Amino acid sequence: MLEFLTRIFNKDNNTSKNLAKERLRLVLVHDRANISPQMLEDLKNDLIKVISNYMEIDVEALEVNLDSSDNTVALVANIPVKKMKRSLKENEEQIS
Amino acid sequence: MGEVIVITSGKGGVGKTTTTANIGTGLASLNKKVVLVDTDIGLRNLDVVMGLENRIVYDIVDVVTGNCKLRQALIKDRRFDGFYLLPAAQTKDKNSVSEDQMRDLCNQLQQEFDYVIIDCPAGIEQGFKNAIAGAEKAIVVTTPEVSAVRDADRIIGLLEAAEIRDPLLIINRLRPHMVKRGDMMGIDDMIDILAIELLGVIPDDETIVISTNRGEPAVLDKDSLAGQAYLNTTRRITGENVPLLNLEVDGLIFGKLKKMIGIK
Repeated sequence: MLEFLTRIFNKDNNTSKNLAKERLRLVLVHDRANISPQMLEDLKNDLIKVISNYMEIDVEALEVNLDSSDNTVALVANIPVKKMKRSLKENEEQIS
Repeated sequence: MGEVIVITSGKGGVGKTTTTANIGTGLASLNKKVVLVDTDIGLRNLDVVMGLENRIVYDIVDVVTGNCKLRQALIKDRRFDGFYLLPAAQTKDKNSVSEDQMRDLCNQLQQEFDYVIIDCPAGIEQGFKNAIAGAEKAIVVTTPEVSAVRDADRIIGLLEAAEIRDPLLIINRLRPHMVKRGDMMGIDDMIDILAIELLGVIPDDETIVISTNRGEPAVLDKDSLAGQAYLNTTRRITGENVPLLNLEVDGLIFGKLKKMIGIK
């Protein structure tokens, strides 16, 4: 009876169908992305290359991970910046 | 030139063989020339589902190894003209056939038949690779369960990698009353997740068990709801525009559906 009532009141959120769908959605993001350690490493190296054009970063401390929380999957990168390049500053001056 | 269509799923037990038997029989009933090819070597089953198990002499491995002529291995299904089964071998393993051999075989068959329907084994190993080698189109069968949908998604990716584009989806064993209650993923949920085009929806139906017991595909049974759904699905393959069966629990066929699904 209690189960019946909770079902009526939470019709759209707590059904096992929605749970199944949500779990599937998450697991498929990982399955499809199929992020192998090698691929993540390649991505990291590419990121370093691109970002280094603009700023000096701490390559050793750089972290790139695929993060899944409640209902989203995100690419989380923690990139410590050591120094900004001068050319960027010049650009800023021009703008102001 | 006929079409070569592979019926696949990744996960076992979702109804590939039943679907192959029903779609093949359905196509034959629409006067098409059809050959069913069982590629599940070592776990042959399409023959029993079709009720042709007592007539096997040669099998697919005999054909590709040149042990017999293709014609000799084809078992004629007497229910329709131009309807044949090429059975799998039961005592060999999946490496007894190569992808090249399968491509050749499919090429030969499509010269003679309108439809070559390939029953794929479960899994993503050599048997799967062989089954899809000669196929131009694919039908992915899944049931509304997380495991089956996940495997279907993987299969869709592998089909795309093998350049078999735009596979079509069959949702098997749907229980409308469970969907309504919110305890089973519905048609829209699954299309949303898998993002491929829907070919058909087959309701969970006791008549499938009975027809399999008898070796007579349900598609020939006018009183079987699943059989009707299979016939509609078959018609869509031939290019006809057939609406989905009304499986709404509150729809007109509620009584019939209740009876079919066995809810008291």
